[in-house]
Amino acid sequence: MTVPAAWYLVLAAILFGIGALGLLTRRSALIMFMCVELMLNAVNLTFVTFSRTLRDIGGQAAVFFVMVVAAAEVTVGLGIVVSVFRRRNSTSVDELAEMKG
Amino acid sequence: MIAATVPDVLVFVTAALLIVVGALGVLAVRNPVHAALSLIMTLFGVAIAFVAQSADFLAAVQVIVYAGAIVVLFLFVIMFLGVDRREHVEVEPLVGQRAFAGIGVVITVAGIVALMAKSHWVTGAVAVSGGGAPIVPGSANVREVGTAVFTTYLFAFEATAALLIIAVVGAVLLARRERRRDEMDEATASAAPETEGSDR
Repeated sequence: MTVPAAWYLVLAAILFGIGALGLLTRRSALIMFMCVELMLNAVNLTFVTFSRTLRDIGGQAAVFFVMVVAAAEVTVGLGIVVSVFRRRNSTSVDELAEMKG
Repeated sequence: MIAATVPDVLVFVTAALLIVVGALGVLAVRNPVHAALSLIMTLFGVAIAFVAQSADFLAAVQVIVYAGAIVVLFLFVIMFLGVDRREHVEVEPLVGQRAFAGIGVVITVAGIVALMAKSHWVTGAVAVSGGGAPIVPGSANVREVGTAVFTTYLFAFEATAALLIIAVVGAVLLARRERRRDEMDEATASAAPETEGSDR
């Protein structure tokens, strides 16, 4: 029998908090994407923990879909970062203060 | 309080250390390449946590898709753009932004943990004290996940197929339109007629 589910839930909450803190404080768009990945992984960990605790495979199926969506999000997001970098020669989000291309 | 054997606790502590140290590395490291490597560390820690909770298929997918594809995509973009120089972390354009972010995150995490603890970790005291689903020897996790994905969640699965197609088309469009405009700028600047239409 593995450790209680509460330990994993607290660990996931801490991971989510670290990801949110990075998303709020860092200003490089690439690092912000990495922090979004951290938050997604925290939620995935929660899903798997509840899947084990509630004996329902649906949680693991949800994690599967989250991974697919995360892959699509990173693809498009990094495409946007590359496109912005060609215009502005920077990935800092502070310099993206206007919508005008 | 609950009888968890020593190896289980050791596995959990290992996974937790990997996850937290890697996440703090992503948060604190200046160099984007080092941040991507810290992200790999965190992803492996999450994969260990998946294995410990008998989600074998997801652990394999985690390593292959996240650590193998997504982080490589990050590294590719970092090196393609040449932004592997240090970010100016010392400059703080918004006064008090970090303090407010830290306070907000602490309140959020404390709220989440308090709510979960108050509701007996949402599953009720019985399920938690029971320790969850027993790992039946010989039960194929891949078969269970595959059955759920291809029967119960079939529509969501088909929708992800459409989503991936859209994402690929969008990424190609984002990269391609910009390049063609640059080529047109070069062609008009240098007024060289032989470079026109080379990519079409």
